[in-house]
Amino acid sequence: MAETTLSAPAVTVPKTKFSESTLARVGKYMLIRLITMAFTVVVGLYLTILIANMGGHVDEIRRGEIREQVQMQVRNDPSLRMLTGDQRAKLIEERIKVEEKRLGLDRPFAVRSIAFLRNALTLNLGFAEFMNADNGSRKVKEIVLERLPSTLLLFGTVDIALFFITLFSALALSRRYGSWMDKVIVTLSPMSAVPAWFYGIFLIVIFAAYLRVLPFGGMVDVPPPENKIEYALSLLKHMILPAMALFMNQMAFSIFSSRTFFLIYSSEDYVDMAKAKGLNNRDIERKYILRPTLPTIITSFAFLLISVWAGAPIFEGVFNWPGLGRTTLIAAGLFDTPVIVGTTVIFAYLLAITVFLLDFVYALVDPRVKIGSESAKQ
Amino acid sequence: MSQLKSFLRDLTHYPSAVVGLILIVALVVFAIYTVIALPYHEAISLWRGDEDVWYRTPKTAQPKWVNWFLREDLPETFWLNTAEGDGTKVEEFSQGAKKVFISLPFEYRSKRFPQEVSLYFYSDYKEKSPFVTVKIITPDGREINVGNFSITKRFNYRFSQDQKLQRRLKNFSPEQGIFIDLTAETPKPEVVAGQYELQVQAVAFEENSTVDVELIVYGHVYGWAGTDHRRRDITIALMWGAPIALMFGFLTAVGSTITTMIIAAFGTWYGGWVDEVIQRITEINLILPFLSILIMIGTFYSRSLWTMLVAVIALSIFGGAIKNFRAVFLQIKESPYVEAARAYGASNLRIVLHYLVPRIVPLLIPQLVILIPSNVFLEASLTVIGLGDPILPTWGKLIQEGVSNGALIKGQYYWVLEPAFILLMTGLAFSLVGFSLDRIFNPRLREV
Repeated sequence: MAETTLSAPAVTVPKTKFSESTLARVGKYMLIRLITMAFTVVVGLYLTILIANMGGHVDEIRRGEIREQVQMQVRNDPSLRMLTGDQRAKLIEERIKVEEKRLGLDRPFAVRSIAFLRNALTLNLGFAEFMNADNGSRKVKEIVLERLPSTLLLFGTVDIALFFITLFSALALSRRYGSWMDKVIVTLSPMSAVPAWFYGIFLIVIFAAYLRVLPFGGMVDVPPPENKIEYALSLLKHMILPAMALFMNQMAFSIFSSRTFFLIYSSEDYVDMAKAKGLNNRDIERKYILRPTLPTIITSFAFLLISVWAGAPIFEGVFNWPGLGRTTLIAAGLFDTPVIVGTTVIFAYLLAITVFLLDFVYALVDPRVKIGSESAKQ
Repeated sequence: MSQLKSFLRDLTHYPSAVVGLILIVALVVFAIYTVIALPYHEAISLWRGDEDVWYRTPKTAQPKWVNWFLREDLPETFWLNTAEGDGTKVEEFSQGAKKVFISLPFEYRSKRFPQEVSLYFYSDYKEKSPFVTVKIITPDGREINVGNFSITKRFNYRFSQDQKLQRRLKNFSPEQGIFIDLTAETPKPEVVAGQYELQVQAVAFEENSTVDVELIVYGHVYGWAGTDHRRRDITIALMWGAPIALMFGFLTAVGSTITTMIIAAFGTWYGGWVDEVIQRITEINLILPFLSILIMIGTFYSRSLWTMLVAVIALSIFGGAIKNFRAVFLQIKESPYVEAARAYGASNLRIVLHYLVPRIVPLLIPQLVILIPSNVFLEASLTVIGLGDPILPTWGKLIQEGVSNGALIKGQYYWVLEPAFILLMTGLAFSLVGFSLDRIFNPRLREV
């Protein structure tokens, strides 16, 4: 996220009296954020539906669904057994027409899109055209949700590790400003221009194809080990390359930008004051530098997370990681419309949750956050 | 002018920027050269060409320069065609049949076996197709009966697909069995180097029939970039990738950044509900899954480069950058010279375009330069996941075709690594310059 280096100068905030406790303040703030976020998700999903629907594809999903249901009904109805094939086909067509009318597929799109929005919000997207969930179900909801844990496992682990590594190395570097390590990080920061999947290809060439020490992709060995410990080890082995790729993409730049923020804040007068008072370095770092920088760093981390989420489909595709992103890719390859819409919806939810959680953390660490104040969040 | 000079002097203080700038200039020159030397239509028809266009190139051959690193040179492809005057051809007409004797001597000196050997027969006849007998004489005096068969007007005989020939050659695959040294006692089969001869005896049944033969001995290296699974020269895609990538990166970066900036400027200037709406749209845009939506667009509508270009710009207008611009505009809005402008009665439009926008240029330019490589990579990403333009040969397409045809597993690394390397250089060049510009234009970052 390049824009974070160019981010806003600190906004001047009017001093507020803290009459409320932190919890009440955060609680109230979060409630309002939750409401705006829900609104945002609804509008975002509606836009997604509009995009998907311009070619009438969402309607096709629903028509397909109706057809399947009607066919099932007719097939399973014992009183219709004696009908000939033609009669049955005619009956099916008639029932489909009735059903389409009942569901309002003959009504204008503006009205129907609202109904579809409700289904999308509850992930009630009907059946996939070609894909199956592992348990054989063809429900989009199951196909999409069963892939969620693997995606969360990979990106969650890497993101959390990245956050703490960044924080501590940036602090350490800001202490040694101008050292060779510092210069290395500054020089390496343009590496973020290259997406993670791209490093992934190089890593696969080196470690999987050439050295043959790590797997090409996938999440666990085939067949998966029975033993829980072996399973975890196998998982770990498969996570090394994807994690390395994500680190190569993000680490240098996020350390660089955090370190820059630390340096900006450590040149403040109150830090000099603290030094003059003779406080020890640890306290200065923790209470006078880290604390005020944290909100800025969390904001830049939010952008990082969002960019990582956005790249998930291709990243998982390259590493053959059986997550949501790869499902999107497979669905795109098979033109499986319901699944594509389903994964898009899930990704929108994930992004919303990410933003929301970061808001929460932000509200916790930034005492300036106050409802209704202009500076609530920049 | 002097400003530009001092700016360039500033830039030379950053070695990385100089390196980046040189790379960018080289790329632009390369892109311009490509467009002139290999015009669009020619490139497309070559890239979409099938076996007819590419029958003389080997399949997935490595680039020539790998020979610099190998102890034993890999053979190159060569061909001999009697229609082009190679070899000797004697024609004889008797008893209503025309006999054609063709002799094509060729040198084979490489220590490695060829990838494949193939014969193309070209003949002209009205009703009765000619019949040919093919033999090969090796330098160690063996005479190999390759086979006899009747040919059509354009007939292809691939040695490797002839099971009978393989059995006759003691189950060596034909491209080995013909060139092998049977006396050698090394465990690895070795090549007999020297003068080989292809003998073709054709019997045609019409007076005006002609028979020509082309021998192609496919090597293991081709050109400076190698070939892919469809025998196409990778150079074409490597070359055309440059103008496409630069154009896509530049247009999307400029299109989205400038629109974003103008929207941010108007939003901050008018404030109130305009600003509020822009802020809300930004928040909504933040949770729209970028790549998923592009995948939807690519799957449902069109995969053309232009559609993607417009979609990328549209989705990035309300990106995170708008918040940065807004924060700066908020400061500028309060500055005295804007107040002065307002006092003399400048219109809103004038204030926004002449007073607010120019002040943000220092922030804008590094942002723009940094955005170019991410969009170049975005184009590659889209192609790699199969949503690239169906016609254009691009770097991303090479990577995608390489990976999906098992280049990494089969060890054909050049196929993926060449475009990857150029992409990497492009990305780094722009971001090196962008990061340096950032530090020059934003001294706040330079001080620390």
